[in-house]
Amino acid sequence: MLRSGRNLQVLSKNVVRENLRLLSSTPQPSPKDGTKKVATGRTLDKKPVKSSSFVMNLFIGSSNTAQVFPFPDGLNTEQKETLGVLVDPVQKFFEEVNDAAINDSQSAVPEATIQGLRELGAFGLQAPVEYNGVGLNNTQYARLVETVGGFDLGVGIFLGAHQSIGFKGITLFGTEEQKKKYLPKVATGEQFAAFCLTEPSSGSDANSIRTRAVLSPDGKHFILNGSKIWISNGGFAEVMTVFAQTPITDPSTGETKDKVTAFIVERKFGGVTSGPPEKKMGIKCSNTAEVYYDNVPVPIENVLGGVGQGFKVAMNILNNGRFGMAAALSGTMKASTKAAIQHATARVQFGRRIDSYGAIQEKLARMAMLHYVTESMAYMISSNMDKGSTDFQLEAAISKVFASEAAWNVTDEAIQILGGNGFMSANGLEKVLRDLRIFRIFEGTNDILRLFVALTGLQFAGGHLKQLQKAVKSGNVGVILGEAAKRAKRTVGLRQSNSLSEVHPKLALQAQLTSKAVEGFGITVESLLIKHGKNILDEQFLLNRVAAAAIDIYANVVVLSRATRALNMNISSANHEEMLARVWCNEALDRIQLNLTAVKSQSQLSNFSTMSQIAKEMCEHGGLIQQNPLGI
Amino acid sequence: MSLRILVGCKRVIDYAVKIRVKPDKSGVITEGVKHSMNPFDEIAIEEAVRMKEKKIAKEIVAFSCGPTQCQETLRTALAMGADRGIHVEVSGPEYETLQPLHISKMLAKLAKDEQIDLIIVGKQAIDDDCNQTAQMTAALLGWPQATSASKIEAKDGSLQVVREIDGGLETIKVKLPSVVSADLRLNEPRYATLPNIMKAKKKPIKKLAPKDLGIDVSPRIQVVTVEEPPVRQAGAKVENVDAVVEKLKALGHA
Repeated sequence: MLRSGRNLQVLSKNVVRENLRLLSSTPQPSPKDGTKKVATGRTLDKKPVKSSSFVMNLFIGSSNTAQVFPFPDGLNTEQKETLGVLVDPVQKFFEEVNDAAINDSQSAVPEATIQGLRELGAFGLQAPVEYNGVGLNNTQYARLVETVGGFDLGVGIFLGAHQSIGFKGITLFGTEEQKKKYLPKVATGEQFAAFCLTEPSSGSDANSIRTRAVLSPDGKHFILNGSKIWISNGGFAEVMTVFAQTPITDPSTGETKDKVTAFIVERKFGGVTSGPPEKKMGIKCSNTAEVYYDNVPVPIENVLGGVGQGFKVAMNILNNGRFGMAAALSGTMKASTKAAIQHATARVQFGRRIDSYGAIQEKLARMAMLHYVTESMAYMISSNMDKGSTDFQLEAAISKVFASEAAWNVTDEAIQILGGNGFMSANGLEKVLRDLRIFRIFEGTNDILRLFVALTGLQFAGGHLKQLQKAVKSGNVGVILGEAAKRAKRTVGLRQSNSLSEVHPKLALQAQLTSKAVEGFGITVESLLIKHGKNILDEQFLLNRVAAAAIDIYANVVVLSRATRALNMNISSANHEEMLARVWCNEALDRIQLNLTAVKSQSQLSNFSTMSQIAKEMCEHGGLIQQNPLGI
Repeated sequence: MSLRILVGCKRVIDYAVKIRVKPDKSGVITEGVKHSMNPFDEIAIEEAVRMKEKKIAKEIVAFSCGPTQCQETLRTALAMGADRGIHVEVSGPEYETLQPLHISKMLAKLAKDEQIDLIIVGKQAIDDDCNQTAQMTAALLGWPQATSASKIEAKDGSLQVVREIDGGLETIKVKLPSVVSADLRLNEPRYATLPNIMKAKKKPIKKLAPKDLGIDVSPRIQVVTVEEPPVRQAGAKVENVDAVVEKLKALGHA
């Protein structure tokens, strides 16, 4: 026994040292005996950062299922009953009063409809009841915006820009006085709100904004100067959350630096003007305008969340509202899919109903799976938020990326199924597709969010790796042995832990393979960190592969959880859901494999550097380099 | 005038749902199917609320009889403006064979217990189309009735009601207390707004069993079979009236 233990110790030290010497992890010879379970040693002096987020832990190859299994229920019985009564009036309003086609053709929401929305209470769904709001929690809000998303995304953005980001900052970071002053009027829709961050030279790079707020000589106001573009509700909002650079002096060093601060700015402060409504591809009835601030005096009481905290305020507001997008878009997908099915089951060509053809069947099945994943993500995240979780930023980002791309694909395919009819305005689907395009761009472009997921996860994994390196340096035997055993098990091919064991037996295979994928992901991440260190920041080709794999793994886990719940509860859709989950997982696992091997494959890496070269030459040339083959 | 109005609100399958018969032909599929308040009852509630807004009525009591989910129907009534709800719980096979006579007896008893001045119900339910409850309730109470109302005006202790009848419109005067049944053109019901729905959660709903009202809901009828209407047959074109008569005779209709 001792002998094998010593072998293990010697072997493990080698494994760890090899890794630390930055050599790629080649398979090590398996230990003589089976691995011994090693007791955890003394803890380090500094505890590694812990997270309850599944995606975060994915990056260290660990399946933390606290927020994923069982599929969370964000509503108690009373809340569910209330929600049941709320859905109908919203649905009726959008069926009978709101006219999405007219809103689109007029590029405006008629005043009568706006008044109807006010009476419905649609402008303050999540605002607290004491401030004239409806007081809904995230899950209830998600269900209602799902209805809105199925009818009119333009109105959805009008409502969302107002409450999901426009005055959300006041709800999240406002003082009691600020809440009392502003919430009552915006919650009823008497006044409208807007979120003012983007500038001509600052989109994704939010910290680089140039709008400035400088303290007045008497210290009672900040004087605001600058301009914002593409602000939803910018043309008429009375209450705006505005982000500006403020000079902050460090008391200890006397150094002055610019930091972003969030302000509540009222149009009536004076100096606020806005431009004409922008003409857009879609969400036409949602007002988008430039807003200019010319020496606007903002009382210091209107600082939101503290001076210099603006970036954090902005990211929190956006993070807090992201689940809403997935919910709304699952409503949109439901409607598009329904239109596709109605057509496919009626249309006859070549003597057969077209839904009997495999090509159409594949389209419909993929539409259903994309919807299933999106819907499951939306409600899992909203339920976790309602249960008090604060660790959901990666999941929220993933849900936004996934939902926006899924909805585009689903609606695009629905148009395809409808053929020529799908292209005609009278049908309505082309408007939905136009409306959908912006969802991949605003509220954090999908490209940025992918990098954000990859880098945040890598940072977390890097932190853990650092702790491990420290432990090795300090000779902390317990940690070394623990890690070594983990790695030895990996190389031998034994499963680390009984992860994803709560999945229903019918989906056990998919669960097992996904579990393996989690471990493989962790290994890939670690090898990337060891190979590139801090330079991984610049390796966007690799980061995108990592992000894609992370998204697929999370999607798998989400649908496995949802389908398990359906099967355990034996609901009528359980068998259908099991099929959706099974096919989704099977295909996703192939993609995950592809992406994880791509970051290490010599041929792929060579492709990536070649593509960089291609892009470089194109940009130097100012266009495509290949000429017409005719040479003319 | 300060009337206390009792309004009947039946929970029915939503009008937009495609009705499907159960495979065993014992009834229609109701599980997992969308239900809502009978549209004529929505009109009844709306009329009562308008009377309250005009200060003709002082209190509106909404009533529903059926399974637990009827509470949702009552919540909608409360959100529209009713003050309190009464839910008489009946479920299972007894609910399947519940008849307008049972409901009329409940309404009559409640009218006496709650000192009701006016009962308004929808003229018929969209699931059974009986058009009996208002009439039976009035008879049980010995109260005057005004059915198929398309306009109601309150005038010194009585109501002037315009009724939609086959021949056109009939205007009658009924003394209070009375029973009125609402027809389609009486009014257009308001949408329940979300803030009102949340406020309605605080309004009380009293739960009763049929025996609390001394009413026996054991079945008097037995459903033999429920079937879909036959698929529509193709028609036939004929040259003239004589040919029509010939065809009718041949089919045994004349």
